Amino acid sequence: MSSHVHIPISERHSEKPVFSPEKMAEVQRVINEYPEGKSKSAVIRILHFAEDEFGGWLSIETMDYVAEILNIEPIEVYEVATFYTMFNVEPIGKYVFEVCRTGPCMLVGSDNTIEYIENKLDIKVGETTKDKMFTLKTAECLGACGYGPMLQCGKKYHEHLTKEKVDTLIDAYRAGNTNIEI
Amino acid sequence: MGRRLLLEHDAVPGIETFDVYRKHGGYRSVEKALKTMSPQEVVEQVQLAGLRGRGGAGFPTGMKWSFLAKPEGVPRYLLCNADESEPGTFKDRYLMEKIPHLLIEGMITSSYALGCNLSFIYIRGEYMWILEILEKAIAEAYAKGFLGKNILGSGFDLDLRVAPGGGAYICGEETALIESLEGKRGNPRIKPPFPAVKGLWGCPTVVNNVESLAAVVPIVNDGGEEYAKIGVGKSTGTKLISACGNLARPGVYEIEMGMTVEEFIYGDDWCRGIANGKKLKAFVPGGSSVPILPHYLVTKTAAGDDRIMSYEGLSEGGFATGSMLGSGGFIVFDEDQCIVRNTWNFARFYAHESCGQCSPCREGTAWMEKVLHRLENGQGNMRDIDLLAEINKKIEGNTICPLGDAAAWPVAAAIRHFRDEFEWHVNQPIESQKRNYGLSKEISFATNI
Repeated sequence: MSSHVHIPISERHSEKPVFSPEKMAEVQRVINEYPEGKSKSAVIRILHFAEDEFGGWLSIETMDYVAEILNIEPIEVYEVATFYTMFNVEPIGKYVFEVCRTGPCMLVGSDNTIEYIENKLDIKVGETTKDKMFTLKTAECLGACGYGPMLQCGKKYHEHLTKEKVDTLIDAYRAGNTNIEI
Repeated sequence: MGRRLLLEHDAVPGIETFDVYRKHGGYRSVEKALKTMSPQEVVEQVQLAGLRGRGGAGFPTGMKWSFLAKPEGVPRYLLCNADESEPGTFKDRYLMEKIPHLLIEGMITSSYALGCNLSFIYIRGEYMWILEILEKAIAEAYAKGFLGKNILGSGFDLDLRVAPGGGAYICGEETALIESLEGKRGNPRIKPPFPAVKGLWGCPTVVNNVESLAAVVPIVNDGGEEYAKIGVGKSTGTKLISACGNLARPGVYEIEMGMTVEEFIYGDDWCRGIANGKKLKAFVPGGSSVPILPHYLVTKTAAGDDRIMSYEGLSEGGFATGSMLGSGGFIVFDEDQCIVRNTWNFARFYAHESCGQCSPCREGTAWMEKVLHRLENGQGNMRDIDLLAEINKKIEGNTICPLGDAAAWPVAAAIRHFRDEFEWHVNQPIESQKRNYGLSKEISFATNI
């Protein structure tokens, strides 16, 4: 569990984040899926939307904005954002590689995958490249045990990784090709 | 190959669409239940089928349904637990990705049986692309009149929603799932009251695994008695097994319960043995939280009988010489794998995933991780091995939810069956560091393709 939300002022969003009208319509659709008075249930889904829209992470401003939309106290959003490991409460790179490190993936070589990516990107797990392009993280079991080693980037799973596939993947993302099927 | 009730059509092109699914017999159970059966009759068929929860605990689904309180004027909820996070388990993902309508059909029929008019699929946040597949399929079902108001003219209304989690193993525990669905941290609740009485938003709630709900479809189509003819003893029907680790052919398989473990691991239709011609060292048959067994207890029980793939077969011998079917997360280790390293890896998982609510679990899982880490790295001593057993006893049974037990059991079993390997790490500190390092270096990428 990430345990704190201390963010230096300089790294906050400088302006209040606001959903585009299209995204706001989607947010409303999700809120309307729940019975009246239960809109708080939509908080996790909306935090996912917010991460996608506002740079891949949740600033205090973003979380306050989500609280405002749902008409709940900001603390109710902070406590959720800091409990669930998918949410980043600190700025991160444009693409986040989350490599599964749990048992079944380890059995088929995920330790090597992690080390290879570390060397390739010249960063350690938890760090972001200088150009802010890639962040490398490890994740606990992502439910791809039969298809390891694997990593998740955004909504995509990249499975059966080899060194060559990792190379291709990094080149593709660097070139902005996020639709790559590997 | 045995009979396939759930994955029969998984290879049919376009089976993820309503029309193709329908052409292959899809949504018959909804028609049959809504037009010819009372809700109670559906529940009775599920009880007759002897269906047991496929998420891991193996509790009879029909009995769970019968506990649901039905006070007048209070809504009831059916929640599908698609928070599949148990290491080694990826069967629900396969089912939802390939045949999303099977789950939706199972949920409609089950919601009818339970009298629920609003049901949810709670899916782990990492499966966001599957959430999109499900929402697309749900929209199709609405358009075809299988969801919404007055389904098939029966007067039964049902709305079905999908909600994502945010990356927390604990939300697979049913009360934590409910908390999460209410938009809160996933801290399990103290029971009683059980969800059947007070669940989502304080209303009576049933939480079932994806595979359990999908199994309701063949049960209603063919009748509970037919379903119960498959399998062995109290392990009726088919079970999805997600096979992984050092197998020649890992993947998701649907088995008839009762086949032998030997056939499953080595059979040509199944996993085709250990990858790269290596030897079997150990296996964990039901997800990371069930006890590990050494090779001599994998295909045979301690009594020398063939070990059977069923709830009873895999737990034959109790915790002393048996394990559990659990979620069907079937993890196989080859001769090169280090049990200490794997035990540490799983302990790290549980330490990471403890919600932090109960001290024995929060502190205990972190201690176990620390102790195992130093053993693994050749910095432990003999007393550490006993210390692990002591910590285990302090966690087990002393927590609100079963995560504590799930963390404790695999460590206890690893020491029970592989104590010599732990001692070797203490006696050979330098060697054990080298060995592990060398070991992970030797494994090439993707040995199992």
